[in-house]
Amino acid sequence: MVTASTADHPTRRDFLFVATGATAAVGGVVALWPFISQMNPDASTIAAGAPIEVDLAPVAEGQDIKVFWRGKPIYISHRTKKQVDEVRAVPVSSLPDPASDQSRTKDGHEQWLVVIGICTHLGCIPIAHEGNYDGFFCPCHGSQYDASGRVRQGPAPLNLPVPPYQFVSDTKIQIG
Amino acid sequence: MSGPSDYQPSHPALKWFEQRLPIIGLVHSSFIAYPTPRNLNYWWTFGAILSIMLGVQIVTGVILAMHYTPHADLAFKSVELIVRDVNYGWLLRNMHACGASMFFLAVYIHMFRGLYYGSYKAPREVLWILGVIIYLLMMATGFMGYVLPWGQMSFWGATVITNLFSAVPYFGESIVTLLWGGYSVGNPTLNRFFSLHYLLPFLIAGVVVLHVWALHVVGQNNPAGVEPKTEKDMVPFTPYATIKDFFGVTCFLIFYSWFIFYMPNYLGDADNYIPANPAVTPAHIVPEWYYLPFYAILRSVPNKLAGVIAMFSAIIVLVFLPWLDAAKTRSNKYRPLGKQFFWIFVVVCVLLGYLGAQPPEGIYVIAGRILTVLYFAYFLIVLPLLARIETPRPLPNSIADDVLAKSGRAPMVSTVIALVAAVSLLAGSMGDARASEGQENPPSASWSFAGPFGKFDRGAVQRGLKVYKEVCSNCHSLQYVAFRNLAEPGGPGYSTAQAASFAAEYKIKDGPNDAGEMFERPGRPADYFPSPFPNEQAARASNGGAAPPDLSLIAKARSYKRGFPWFLVDFFTQFQEQGPNYVNALLQGYEETPPHGVTIPDGSYYNKYFPGHAIKMPSPLSDGQVTFDDGSPATVKQYAHDVATFLMWTAEPHMEARKRLGYQVFIFLIIFAGLMYFTKKRVWAAAH
Ligand code: FES
Repeated sequence: MVTASTADHPTRRDFLFVATGATAAVGGVVALWPFISQMNPDASTIAAGAPIEVDLAPVAEGQDIKVFWRGKPIYISHRTKKQVDEVRAVPVSSLPDPASDQSRTKDGHEQWLVVIGICTHLGCIPIAHEGNYDGFFCPCHGSQYDASGRVRQGPAPLNLPVPPYQFVSDTKIQIG
Repeated sequence: MSGPSDYQPSHPALKWFEQRLPIIGLVHSSFIAYPTPRNLNYWWTFGAILSIMLGVQIVTGVILAMHYTPHADLAFKSVELIVRDVNYGWLLRNMHACGASMFFLAVYIHMFRGLYYGSYKAPREVLWILGVIIYLLMMATGFMGYVLPWGQMSFWGATVITNLFSAVPYFGESIVTLLWGGYSVGNPTLNRFFSLHYLLPFLIAGVVVLHVWALHVVGQNNPAGVEPKTEKDMVPFTPYATIKDFFGVTCFLIFYSWFIFYMPNYLGDADNYIPANPAVTPAHIVPEWYYLPFYAILRSVPNKLAGVIAMFSAIIVLVFLPWLDAAKTRSNKYRPLGKQFFWIFVVVCVLLGYLGAQPPEGIYVIAGRILTVLYFAYFLIVLPLLARIETPRPLPNSIADDVLAKSGRAPMVSTVIALVAAVSLLAGSMGDARASEGQENPPSASWSFAGPFGKFDRGAVQRGLKVYKEVCSNCHSLQYVAFRNLAEPGGPGYSTAQAASFAAEYKIKDGPNDAGEMFERPGRPADYFPSPFPNEQAARASNGGAAPPDLSLIAKARSYKRGFPWFLVDFFTQFQEQGPNYVNALLQGYEETPPHGVTIPDGSYYNKYFPGHAIKMPSPLSDGQVTFDDGSPATVKQYAHDVATFLMWTAEPHMEARKRLGYQVFIFLIIFAGLMYFTKKRVWAAAH
């Protein structure tokens, strides 16, 4: 059996081996990219995530609707005066995830709350108009949110997120 | 895998593991310390290439399955969306589809190598039979995979091949119904083919393990065909065989990339870009090139049952090869007659492949019969007889002697040339099967997107879009193209805002809304170009019974016979422009009055380039019909050229990305192959 003997020019030989090995390594890593990238959302999925418009006119006070955007449920609540006053009276510092109601709604449209209806604990869908705070109640592990979508009780660490949206007219919003 | 391992782990943790599961020792003794003959030539590298190809097919296949929908209504569309929308989907699909061809090419070389050097002879019979089993599994897998895109060839290929089983006496019809899971090839068939196409490669991998295991028990054969005697005859697998195999694999990858990036449709059939249609059969049903010799044998026998038996026997006979060839000398290198008959046999196989692609008529049938007889004669008459009458040349004393003799260099070159020629003949001949009688070939126009660096002419794509919108869209849909595509790189070069406003000019049916009603709204970038008709029946009704085809894929779904020697030239020039040539020619090929002596049915029009010459569509274009903003001439010639360019883009929106990435991959692979070559020389310098 023949074994690889040491060559006379170890440095030159080593350089060739290192260069070949490095090229193989770089090529291998780069070649992985298409195999990983294909898992990302494809072009049609991304295109389907375009902004949507929602007409608020049919939503009466005290009522809320659920719409879908990018596969996520969005709660749009037409809050009563009482609900708004209640959530604004709460001292912000006492909340697990401090945020004022003003920062979560649009000026001049404070009766409207728009939140992504996905519990920040482990992703269940909370039920609207339930729980101790006249807000949302998540049946999975008992998290409770107030009428501003802020977490008040339970294992959820964060408030319900507010999606990007704006009022295009007094009765119409664009989400996204 | 032979005998107990001499692997001694040094680290205590490894030692602990090795005593409980000696898998590292197994790998070590199989792929590192394993002694390989010193005189192996590059034909032996195809074993490594095959392992790599199996890996590539499994990995890309698993990924494609993540995006594919195995449903008769959605399969074709899902494949198109993989290619158009999934990130690098076009690359993965090309890798898998061309990969199948590469896999078969490599397996054929591997098999012919075994045949030439007598690798099936004692003590390697089981190794050989396991190989035949792998080959059979590959054939089944390849066939079912070809069905999955649910194009015309998929559907009709599935119909024809499953119908083979109807030749079985008494139970034939029941067997076929059982295979279909219905009254005809349909959704249940597609579902089970998908399931099995996913399963079989893992079975192949399992048998490959057995194949490699058997190989390690009996040891590798070698070009001299003599068993190793002393340690001088062998070198350790790593680094010697490893580095040589890696170099061979890299060269093979260059060849493979040529197809992936520059000729993805060269080995496929244009008809498979037409969605499956149970009401229409393509003019010629041809299998993929790697089945053609067996297809030719099937068709040579004028009896249904006998034909099927002949076809299966052509493969099964390989199992008995170790006993049919009783010669004492293993390698054909030392068998003057054996060598000649071997090459005749290779030619017979290639010619059978050529005939498999020809229409079964006239001289082709006769030739097919003669070659079928010759094919079987090689196994059943020539090999048993040769063992008796041939006097082989003296064998070298040992492998080491063979290495020193340095013989067999020159024949190697001629073999390479012969094989390359044979393979391209076989591969190219399938193009001939698309012959359509009495049709004039469209002239080749000059296209900006042709060749390895071709790019779409933005102006032409934009003008083509205008022609499509103002003329073609009155009848033809473009259902796989979305408005957003207009703003994507490699397309007409519009901005996102321009694409959005273009979309807004269309009315899109949507709904139902909250009131449960359908409504119309302006188009959005995410919408697809709508069809002018609410459904296929309406399209049929307003076009004299023939529904206008969707144009998204028309530039890839149309082809014509290139013939010898063009398909060979096409391989090197990367000619892939049959589709645009056809569209371009068809639009200009109308003639007011048919030539003398030609009559065409009422309600159709004469067109020089349409198969059969009578086309239902009146000439859609006339001079001055569409005005261009950029001052291009408003002529039919210009319209036809621009719309063909546009349709090529709609058929393959990522063409520019494909060619650009291909260019980068080529530079990388060539540099890497160079480095590998010198590293290999260095490593082997110590062994010679
Ligand atoms: S997911 Fe909502 S409380 Fe756990």
